[in-house]
Amino acid sequence: MTDAAASTASTNSGSDQSETMAWDSRARRMVMLWIPLGCFLLILLFPFYWMAVTALKPNAELYDFRNHNPFWISSPTLDHIRLLLFETSYPRWLWTTMIVAVSSTVLSLFASTLAAYAIQRLRFRGSQYVGLGIYLAYLVPPSILFIPLATMVYNLGLFDTPFALILTYPTFLIPFCTWLLIGYFKSIPYELEECALIDGATRLQILRRITLPLAVPGLISAGIFSFTLSWNEFIYALAFIQSSERKTVPVAILTELVTGDVYQWGALMAGSLLGSLPVAIFYSFFVDYYVSSLTGAVKE
Amino acid sequence: MATVGVRDVRKSFGNFEVLHGVSVDIADGDFVVLVGPSGCGKSTLLRMLAGLENISAGEISIGGRVVNTVAPKDRDIAMVFQNYALYPHMTVFDNMAFSMKLAGAPKDVMEQEVGRAAKILGLETLLQRFPRQLSGGQRQRVAMGRAIVRNPQVFLFDEPLSNLDAKLRVQMRSEIKELHQRLKVTTVYVTHDQIEAMTMADQIVVMNHGIIEQAGPPLVLYDRPANIFVAGFIGSPAMNLIAGDIDGDVFRTPDGTAWPLPPGTRVTPGPVTYGIRPEHLRLDPEGMPALVQLVEPTGSETQVLFRLGETQFSGAFRERVTTRPGDMLRVGPDPALVHLFDKATGQRI
Repeated sequence: MTDAAASTASTNSGSDQSETMAWDSRARRMVMLWIPLGCFLLILLFPFYWMAVTALKPNAELYDFRNHNPFWISSPTLDHIRLLLFETSYPRWLWTTMIVAVSSTVLSLFASTLAAYAIQRLRFRGSQYVGLGIYLAYLVPPSILFIPLATMVYNLGLFDTPFALILTYPTFLIPFCTWLLIGYFKSIPYELEECALIDGATRLQILRRITLPLAVPGLISAGIFSFTLSWNEFIYALAFIQSSERKTVPVAILTELVTGDVYQWGALMAGSLLGSLPVAIFYSFFVDYYVSSLTGAVKE
Repeated sequence: MATVGVRDVRKSFGNFEVLHGVSVDIADGDFVVLVGPSGCGKSTLLRMLAGLENISAGEISIGGRVVNTVAPKDRDIAMVFQNYALYPHMTVFDNMAFSMKLAGAPKDVMEQEVGRAAKILGLETLLQRFPRQLSGGQRQRVAMGRAIVRNPQVFLFDEPLSNLDAKLRVQMRSEIKELHQRLKVTTVYVTHDQIEAMTMADQIVVMNHGIIEQAGPPLVLYDRPANIFVAGFIGSPAMNLIAGDIDGDVFRTPDGTAWPLPPGTRVTPGPVTYGIRPEHLRLDPEGMPALVQLVEPTGSETQVLFRLGETQFSGAFRERVTTRPGDMLRVGPDPALVHLFDKATGQRI
């Protein structure tokens, strides 16, 4: 809009004025776009920088800000990372977290796809209320829900196993994913399914061959959402897992790397940094889909 | 190929009835156009034929078999949707072969059938493209190709041309008509455009407010409209409909202007609606002097809006009329082509 206006103006007027306009739009761009973006990036990336710097600092520098610049490392060390990887069960925690996150994501996506399709397309009697009910379930905070869930987990004999988490995470993942997918399915033209119905497809074939391939961006954003939430989940993981080597990363670094009242900051930060890498990598693969699913619908 | 029978079909959404008992018989190989204004129930009727809507009451049969409870895929029909409904993630070939793929047809049969349909529609070079890489007219052809591949007993078209620009619409209109003459498959075509209806149909079914106003061949509807609605709906520019009374052997408007009646009319005096098509008005030195209000030359003909007393009416003349707003012209209707309708019931007299 601004560019178009500027170029129209420059063709109509003399060169002096067009330079002013160009400068004006450049300055404008600076103020409107680059400065806010810069601030945003700074605020967003600073915790990661702090994590990285802390993870690589020797303890001497870490606890002495008077003689050392807190934002810089004079003699970097891998001691904390070595401690984390070889003297704790960190690789095991990472693996457990991965298994739990992937399994609960797959489970939730499967269930919410079927639920969302049924609510949006089959329009059975009371489907609206079912949709609303599922959403209300999402509003119950985990800090209340974990008490009854703990009883169920214990009675089912799942306490202190990864299944305790794989089966409880969907309680908050499914409602959100279902709602996200309902919205996405709504954007897929209904005629496509009617056409497939006339072409001889069954409901499941329509779902598999028409609706799901078109809903891939929606599925991916639901997947990213589920994966991130399960990866970072804290309260269920804290309540349902007891043995040290079965813990997930967020709980383990807090309970295992704080010994008594001593915070092993270097190892803690190294653990957080390594723990956030898989999520970041996961995001970077699918960021285009994620954005397109939040901003646009199916294009024919 | 098959006959299609619609027997006293009704459709309600909740308590709201949109089709109030509709009956149509479609002969084998006929091209039938359902036409009417928005919301008249024509698309609903088509969707009921396709099996996409339940039938509230009545009976629909295809090829002599009652299909009320038969699933869409088992009705042996193919439908072309208004927005084409091409599967965006499949190539043209896959779009056209989808129904056969579902039926588990072998690959060579699929290629042969798709090739045949593609050849009919000139799509051979586009088979590997995706719908988003096609123009509007090409998408329309793919949608028809998908229907042809199914080899159906009945083709259903739901306003297939309304997303195309005017020029392409005329071209596709003749393509569809040609296709029908070639394949001779019974076709039901829904449109709100009466020109499409007139040019394409063997039979036109004019619908309004969930009932059938009149059904018949295009020229019968044009020459002898059964009621005021059909008279006003069929024909472009629309028929002039003038309110007044029969007064002896002339028709008289409230302001006293007398219009000639068709020869041999025996109508009891009383209120009627007088209908005359613009193209059936003639420039006549003996005619009524009318004030020219607007002149619209289209090249092939000239449309003129007149005022005569309190009455406004339009005329369309094949000859070049050199006149300007404010002029007086003498015009008169061709009495043999005048239509009279009962004022109370709207039915033809």
